[in-house]
Amino acid sequence: MTFEELVFYFFSAILVFAATMVVFIKKPVHAALYLVLAFFSSAGVWLLLDAEFLAVTLVLVYVGAVMVLFLFVVMMLDINLAPLKEGFARYLPAGILIGLVVLAELAFVFLGDYFGPEQYPNPGHHPADYSNTAELGSKLYTEYFLAFELAAVILLVAIIAAIVLTLRPKRWSKYVSPEEQVSITRKGRVKLVDPKADKD
Amino acid sequence: MLTLSHFLILGAILFCISIAGIFLNRKNIIILLMAIELMLLAVNMNFIAFSHFLGDIQGQIFVFFILTVAAAEASIGLAILVVLFRNRRTINVADIDSLKG
Repeated sequence: MTFEELVFYFFSAILVFAATMVVFIKKPVHAALYLVLAFFSSAGVWLLLDAEFLAVTLVLVYVGAVMVLFLFVVMMLDINLAPLKEGFARYLPAGILIGLVVLAELAFVFLGDYFGPEQYPNPGHHPADYSNTAELGSKLYTEYFLAFELAAVILLVAIIAAIVLTLRPKRWSKYVSPEEQVSITRKGRVKLVDPKADKD
Repeated sequence: MLTLSHFLILGAILFCISIAGIFLNRKNIIILLMAIELMLLAVNMNFIAFSHFLGDIQGQIFVFFILTVAAAEASIGLAILVVLFRNRRTINVADIDSLKG
């Protein structure tokens, strides 16, 4: 077994273990922490595949931002865990069965003679002066520039949507509901009085 | 020597674990979102493996966009979850039946 295989099996074992714990563990906080472990170890696997930029991005964006967001939400909500787990044992056989069926189908394809070392020989690693980031950037800013800009727009939409969804209007602001404004009638606003003229 | 099959099988195992997770935790939206993230990770694994073994960097660019969209999806999903919890005081999927679907 070469060193590379050793690293692969090490990270894969941790990855599969962490992923299993994510779906089987009871507390959402622990599940989120196991998901962090899964992201870290899959970043290790990606490093074996010469995808350095994406491995670092996975750690920075997912572990640093998305998982922190998950943890934040999990800790902010006061969740009663008991009713959330009630169907677990009932769905366990069906879930495992379907998982195994899908795995068997995929294994038929992947373990067949389609993706072996003859069809896809291991290309080896790039030389030490090869920059994965520069290569990605030169593609991203030329051929895929429109898609890149669209991704930026999607992120902007996500920012605005998240803020608008969770924003609560301030109670002390002098905001008048448009509904109340348009449903005003003359009767509610104008009061006619009959002034009595003085005698003298 | 590592072959393409190694990485594809790893992605397949991850994908199946998350499918089983969606079935098992169908009451808890937070775990469902995490299982979806795991699925996206499995797909990304396949993309990067093919990108490496075909010597083509476009697979990595696709993964870049998947990461972007997944981050947006997670943030909006969690925002919806917070609003849902604020209004209904629960995140149990079984209790979300106002639409009588």
